[in-house]
Amino acid sequence: MTSVLSLAGPAGPGFLSPTGTEIAFLLVGVVTLAAAVVTVTTRQLVHAALWLVVALGGIAVEYLLLTAEFIAWVQVLIYVGSVVVLLLFGLMLTKAPIGRSPDADSGNRPAALVVAAAAAAALVWVVVDAFRTTWIDLDGPAQGTTRVSGEMLFRNWVLPFEALSVLLLAALVGAIVLSRKGDEDAEGKR
Amino acid sequence: MHLAYPAVLAVLLFCTGLYGVLARRNAILVLMSVELMLNAVNLNLVAFDVWLRDTLHAGQALTLFTIAIAAAEIGIGLAIVLMVYRNRGTADIDRLRDNAETPGGDEADHEQTGKKAEATA
Repeated sequence: MTSVLSLAGPAGPGFLSPTGTEIAFLLVGVVTLAAAVVTVTTRQLVHAALWLVVALGGIAVEYLLLTAEFIAWVQVLIYVGSVVVLLLFGLMLTKAPIGRSPDADSGNRPAALVVAAAAAAALVWVVVDAFRTTWIDLDGPAQGTTRVSGEMLFRNWVLPFEALSVLLLAALVGAIVLSRKGDEDAEGKR
Repeated sequence: MHLAYPAVLAVLLFCTGLYGVLARRNAILVLMSVELMLNAVNLNLVAFDVWLRDTLHAGQALTLFTIAIAAAEIGIGLAIVLMVYRNRGTADIDRLRDNAETPGGDEADHEQTGKKAEATA
């Protein structure tokens, strides 16, 4: 514990005198969490996808507040821009009902609620107990500008980056192969 | 900023996603909940990276890699869901019970799969 504390430097001010960044983080965090809860509880499937946009955008704002701006814009581009559009296309192609669908939740909802609440209680207890006095120093040069991100990505992480691009290509080719209606597929059905 | 704020927010988002994965019936809604869980992990990675001031910026690099892998995952996942929907006419996870172990024994199981095969043929 002492090593962690010395790594963190001096503990910051208490929780009762929040800085402006902390207040902004808390407000955006409340909005993000509320949007996430609505996403997993609403009975209108399309609304769930649209509330997911709010949750993911809120997380992008949290990245900005943590001075990781490149990741924030990547988040907006990839999640809000393409993943949600993909999900909406998926809902459309599986002919999801537009209005309220009564069977959006399965029968094991109480069990899911119990598991999630237990996990949340345990994890919040552990995390708060461990990082109660840890202070992030946000002053000084920003940690995640595009320049810093590019340098660290192409100096230290080039090989994983290239491997990841191959994985992305393989995944997209696989998705195309899975979702196209080929001739042999039609023959197999006959 | 206290590290507790992003860490607690990430925990709560993760548990929201956990609830969604367990409680939702439509496969696409389950995929949305998985996205929420991945985003919670990303928030944790960024917060700890900024806290530790890592010279390699391993947390942010891993966040970018997680985002790319999540994009690949959602593409493959949606393709599989669409194929299941095309073959079965439903994307509800509850009704895809071919591998379920029924307590009644093999008889009911065979009957059920036979019916399913007829329906898909």
